[in-house]
Amino acid sequence: MDNVLAFGAASSQAGRVDALFVVIAVVGGFFFFLTQGILIYFAVKYRRRLPDRDNVTPTITGSPLLEFLWILIPSLVVVAIFYYGWRVYTDQRTSVAGATEVHVNARQWMYEIKYPDGRTAINEIRVPAGKPVKFLLSAADVLHGFYLPDFRVKMDMIPGRVTTLWVQPDRPGSYQIFCTVYCGTGHSNMLARLIVMPPAEYAEWVAHGEEEGGEGKEHEPLTVRGERVAKNAGCLNCHAIGGAVKVGPGWKGLFGSNVPLEGGKTVNADEEYLRESIVDPGAKVVKGFPNVMPTYKTTLSKEDIDALVAYLKTLK
Amino acid sequence: MAETSGVGRGYLAVRGWRSWAFTLDHKRIGAMYLWTTIFFFLVGGVFALLLRLELLSPQTRYFSNHAYNVFFTLHGSMMIFLFIIPAIPSGLGNFFIPLHIGARDVAFPRLNLASYWVFAAGFLVIIGSLVAPMDTGWTFYTPYSAKSAAAVTTLSLGLFLIGLSSILTGLNFIVTIHKLRAPGMTWHRMPLFLWSMYATSIIQVIATPVVGVTFLLLAAERLLGVGFYDPAKGGDPVLFQHFFWFYSHPVVYVMILPAMGIISEVIPVFSRKPIFGYKAIAYSSLAIAFLGFLVWGHHMFTSGMSPLANAIFSFLTFFVAVPTAVKVFNWIATLYKGSITFESPMLYALTFIFLFAVGGLTGPFLGALATNVQLHDTYFVVAHFHYTMMGGTVMGFFAGLHYWFPKMTGKMLNEKVARIAWALVFIGFNVTFFTMFIVGTRGMPRRYAEYLPRFHTENVISTIGSAVLAIGILVMCWNFLQGLRKGAPAPADPWRALSLEWRAASPPETENFHEIPVVTEWPYGYGTTKA
Amino acid sequence: MNAPSADHHDPSVAFESAKLGVWTFLATEVLLFGALFTAYTIFRMKYPELFRVEHAKLDRVLGAVNTVVLITSSFTVVLGVDAIKRGKARLLEVCFGATILLAAVFLCVKYVEYAAKFHHGLYPRTNLFFSLYFMMTGLHGIHVLLGMGLLSYVIVLSRRGRLSASYHTPAEMSGLYWHFVDLVWIYLFPLLYLLG
Repeated sequence: MDNVLAFGAASSQAGRVDALFVVIAVVGGFFFFLTQGILIYFAVKYRRRLPDRDNVTPTITGSPLLEFLWILIPSLVVVAIFYYGWRVYTDQRTSVAGATEVHVNARQWMYEIKYPDGRTAINEIRVPAGKPVKFLLSAADVLHGFYLPDFRVKMDMIPGRVTTLWVQPDRPGSYQIFCTVYCGTGHSNMLARLIVMPPAEYAEWVAHGEEEGGEGKEHEPLTVRGERVAKNAGCLNCHAIGGAVKVGPGWKGLFGSNVPLEGGKTVNADEEYLRESIVDPGAKVVKGFPNVMPTYKTTLSKEDIDALVAYLKTLK
Repeated sequence: MAETSGVGRGYLAVRGWRSWAFTLDHKRIGAMYLWTTIFFFLVGGVFALLLRLELLSPQTRYFSNHAYNVFFTLHGSMMIFLFIIPAIPSGLGNFFIPLHIGARDVAFPRLNLASYWVFAAGFLVIIGSLVAPMDTGWTFYTPYSAKSAAAVTTLSLGLFLIGLSSILTGLNFIVTIHKLRAPGMTWHRMPLFLWSMYATSIIQVIATPVVGVTFLLLAAERLLGVGFYDPAKGGDPVLFQHFFWFYSHPVVYVMILPAMGIISEVIPVFSRKPIFGYKAIAYSSLAIAFLGFLVWGHHMFTSGMSPLANAIFSFLTFFVAVPTAVKVFNWIATLYKGSITFESPMLYALTFIFLFAVGGLTGPFLGALATNVQLHDTYFVVAHFHYTMMGGTVMGFFAGLHYWFPKMTGKMLNEKVARIAWALVFIGFNVTFFTMFIVGTRGMPRRYAEYLPRFHTENVISTIGSAVLAIGILVMCWNFLQGLRKGAPAPADPWRALSLEWRAASPPETENFHEIPVVTEWPYGYGTTKA
Repeated sequence: MNAPSADHHDPSVAFESAKLGVWTFLATEVLLFGALFTAYTIFRMKYPELFRVEHAKLDRVLGAVNTVVLITSSFTVVLGVDAIKRGKARLLEVCFGATILLAAVFLCVKYVEYAAKFHHGLYPRTNLFFSLYFMMTGLHGIHVLLGMGLLSYVIVLSRRGRLSASYHTPAEMSGLYWHFVDLVWIYLFPLLYLLG
């Protein structure tokens, strides 16, 4: 679901915002073409034709009637637009009873999700279609933002406070979540998704209690599982697999290489090093990088970490 | 009675760095501000070009994410604090306010000089802070700015000094306009540039102290552990936003009002018609200044403010549009039955109206609550403020520079080259920034070093536009330099304008007028027949 | 017609300008302190208990002493300005000297208070009340110091014979500034020390 311009695609509420947008665009466009059209018309029609002479220009200094009108009419127009915008907004902010409450806590640079039944996730929120969802938003360190462009809504995430945002996702799909309050180096990498599932599929997913990497897949090679963990746990928001540098060091060719650390030492990136970097990232900080990586000690199971290490070894 | 034209060097005659560093002449002080602010405009522009270069590709390619973030912070901060706020008021304002009111200088010439040196100290401190440059964006939101390893405290001090400079200048202008008007110059015989500068000065004097305290408390949080913005100590990070925008919203009117004042001067001259609705334009400046203080919350609709507070701010925000619209209508009405020529000042003035209309009419999208929630912190906002600040203020600034170049320098500019530059600027500007409305509506957030591939096309187009815009500006600057070196000598009144600065020589003598003029009519008597 | 009003050297114009200038400057100071008073209001409304408990740790007696000291210093400033209006430069210098002395007493008392607070482990970082206390009285103290400088400068001008019954603008303007500094304290004292 990537066509953000699709009119009211994700929810009927989004459709109402789009309608308001179109109305403002039409009204604004009308006044723009009216005024600028007249401007261009006057500029052309009244251009000086005889050089070096002023021609005859009337001493018009004002018109009380015109000036009154063009104070009155814009005033009425803006009040109307205000009212319309306010009504749509008020609906947006009025949460519906029976909404599922999903906690989202942002930290540099990921979203930690917690469902009512205690399940947790990173950077991925799954909800059933047709049911209202209320997001309870907070932040652990600095301001972050929670923006669902397809739903036309956003809310800031503030340390020490809980802000709320509710949506009613009508159509199944995978919707983008962006961070919209500048939060540091990884701000543009804090990508997440809201996955709206058909009710039946959603029930399946809940029943099988899928975790971070997911155990549900029998006979899944460790490296494939590891790749999935890397995506789902938010690693790829900060680490690139192709050699570029994002927030943290790239993973290409990492395993087995000699890594220079802050403080002068060098260490060999063996399995132990990789494991330690995941559960205690601050123990050895790579030279030239900030010590900002959070620990995954409690978020990833031992199996997931094994899988991740296996995956990292494949990145030559 | 026009004085003899620029045979001598006027106020520029005395040479040597000391005659500049210790000058009490408002014209020299204004010129120093102009050189300084234009320098920072160009440096800030370079940062913009670096941003646009990086944004050619969705993933970072030339710079790290961190470097990109530093660049947009420096671009914004330099443009706002070191260029757009001081350029017209402290640059052109200093030069022309005394001339416009028929005085020999401002009320407090020594304070004026001090203002410049405080400004200089400020930008030197800011440059010093670049050893550990900020990446917070020009808005410096807490907690990030409080925790940042960058030289926040140093930067805060620099900004405090810049702010102090603008307060002193504003104070000087208020007193000058009140007390030093030439005999016969009643308030309603003042050129509209003075009305807009008066309103601007009031805003500067009232709003700037608040941002001073804002940054003082930020520095205190870092140095003394004070906790106003720190949630761990019971403080509120959003309090920073309230304080910050209480100043930063009115300051956009500090940016636009002087430019609007210039437009009000240029349009009548080049249409040979009196300004339409003088009183409405004059009072609308005051109305904008007043209303501008009431709407800061519209930058914070998604910050968790109550729905009631949001509603009030949204309602009030729309009303600032009304006095603004009045000005636009009046300028257009001035053209009616005029006798219009399109020298470069007029080209830029008409461009101002056109581009500012785009910026202004995209305001309602942001003032209306529901669409604001969609568009806040996306490229739509970036486009909106570039259309108003660059399409508006910067075009107005260019109009003023071209209009007053002969008066300030005693030389004429090459009109042909000026028009070529204008065309490049106009085209480049629209290509650069119109695409941002589109990509913002499609959901691209701002301050993103990397973006999703679906936003690629608009970004490429925008970068191409920025290259054209940059070339246009360079051609314009080259034209200014050529004009300075070998422009044709300018008469005292090349545009046959009626405001008092054109009675002085080009360039003016140090004491402006041989005799203080006595004013008997308003400066817009361009019409040749009764209505 | 009269002499042109556009000459900033004209004495009556200069005086009127100076007056408007100083009042405008004081308006900016109102906004400066106003932002802190706003923060005070916000946090007081949010944490009434904290304010009730912590404000008791301030020394009301010393605060009251300082209030009397400042009010008296405003009185001496008035005496000084009145003196120079009657051409008495020496008396002006004495009165402004007394003002500076009282200001110094004020600052000494503040030093004593601050030292006592630090001694008891109460710093700007301790809690929001003390953040406000130190920031507000600190900013005020800086203004007192600047005022002392300003008044000293007026004394220097007077000693050089530059002030008289017909020209005493610097004295009068400094006096205005000093009254403002006093006024800010009149608000600070009850808000910080007295209100429970």
